Amino acid sequence: MRLTSIGRQLLMTIALPVILLALWWVVSADNTSPFWPSLQKILQAFPDTWTSDRVMEDIVPSLARLALGYALALLVGVGLGTVIGLSRPVRAFLEPALEFLRAIPPPVIIPVIALFVGYSGWTSKIIAIALGCLWPILLNTVEGVRGLDEVLVDTARSYRFRRPTYLYQVVLRGSSPQVATGARQALSIGVIMMVISELFAADNGLGAAIVQAQRAFAIPEMWTGIILLGVIGFLLSLIFRLAEWRALAWYRGLRRSERGT
Amino acid sequence: MTTVATAPERRRRRLSGSTAALGILGLFTIGALLEVLPRIGVLNRRFFPPSSEILTTLIEQLGEGAFWTAVSDTLRGWAIGLTIAMVLGIAVGVIIGSVPFLRDVTSSTIEFLRPIPSVALIPLVVLLYGTKLQSALILIVYAAFWQVLVQVLYGVADVDPVVRDTARSYRFSRWTQLRQVVWPTALPYVMTGFRLAAAVALILQVTAELVIGVPGLGRNLGVAQSSGAVSLTYALVVAVGIIGIAINLFARALERRILNWHPSVRRDVAR
Repeated sequence: MRLTSIGRQLLMTIALPVILLALWWVVSADNTSPFWPSLQKILQAFPDTWTSDRVMEDIVPSLARLALGYALALLVGVGLGTVIGLSRPVRAFLEPALEFLRAIPPPVIIPVIALFVGYSGWTSKIIAIALGCLWPILLNTVEGVRGLDEVLVDTARSYRFRRPTYLYQVVLRGSSPQVATGARQALSIGVIMMVISELFAADNGLGAAIVQAQRAFAIPEMWTGIILLGVIGFLLSLIFRLAEWRALAWYRGLRRSERGT
Repeated sequence: MTTVATAPERRRRRLSGSTAALGILGLFTIGALLEVLPRIGVLNRRFFPPSSEILTTLIEQLGEGAFWTAVSDTLRGWAIGLTIAMVLGIAVGVIIGSVPFLRDVTSSTIEFLRPIPSVALIPLVVLLYGTKLQSALILIVYAAFWQVLVQVLYGVADVDPVVRDTARSYRFSRWTQLRQVVWPTALPYVMTGFRLAAAVALILQVTAELVIGVPGLGRNLGVAQSSGAVSLTYALVVAVGIIGIAINLFARALERRILNWHPSVRRDVAR
């Protein structure tokens, strides 16, 4: 009985992806349009396109820049967000300006950064990723710190928690569910910024590899890049969800006990 | 509601007044800093023009027809893409959400397709449509569709089982059930999806302009940057930011208007 339900669930999970892939394979098999090569051709091009050299030259730098920019945004965003969130006047003073900065679509900061450091190289790309990721993390941290449980805050004060203890145990922990929301939004923006910053410079990286393939009219190779980028986007969101699930285990437990189930 | 304000209410009103004043003060302070620092040489003037210069350039732009053409190009692409994404997202979401079997079968596929960055499609749309509006539309629809779809799915799943069973016992037709039970429950979620999708759609419209060269403010910005027109670059960034704010405000206002019957909004108004 249990086994069949697991089997059923597995079938439900893989049935549609398999059907869609099969459909793609069949429909594209006799396609003569140059832009839509058959799935068979794309898969054949895969090992030749993404050799271990290319992985080291394109994929690793892309992901390293994303990781650096994202980490920077997380550090600055949570730090500044805590400072701003803890003080009501500071919050009131800065919030409209921050809301305005957040409303600017992140890709337009890439040309502005290029005024200073150009398009190519690591610096401009890392700054672009970091600035794109910063606002959702920062503003959500401000919200999270603002919404701290007042009883907890007062309790910490009565017990005369030392400042670092208070910041870590009450403020950081208490705001972490909201921070996680911001970090999730930031991740998808980070991926967009990673790709776009490489499209501008087209020196190395995943985005550059795809656009070079497109300019060389190497269409199956271009498709392998698009698919690879899709898989990376999926994997990153999977990793994020696992990390969030572990980090916020206490929060789920709290919610469950509050609901009394 | 009576017109006499209670004490805490008055305090809140005064507080929100001073909050707004502080916020405006904050904007002015930052503007003043960005005016003074480049002038006294703390910031390099070549890269950081004083804020008054940016503002003057922006005002000059407001008098030019080309600027307004670009604004309307940007807004048109945004609106068309968003509309397509909304219609598709709602239709597919209501169909999938109302049939448990479809829900189970599609969930893995949706979870896989959703995080795929829409910008990965840029090389493909360049080949297919070049700098035409369609390029931007495909990117917008792909990115915004999932935002709407996921919210609609949550919304349809949120229907109260008792209400649904009641509707069924009274033999409401499928259409009436949809109209009277499912839609009102899902509407707040649809509006959340709309708000998210509206922001995402602007990001991708501007990206398509900037990267591909689809006509609009983003393309002008790229041109200004590469021709060394620094204060024009900043002025266009500010213009795009203002459009971003306007879109956020519009989405929020629409949400309040459409959901004015809904308890979550009514509670806000009563306050």
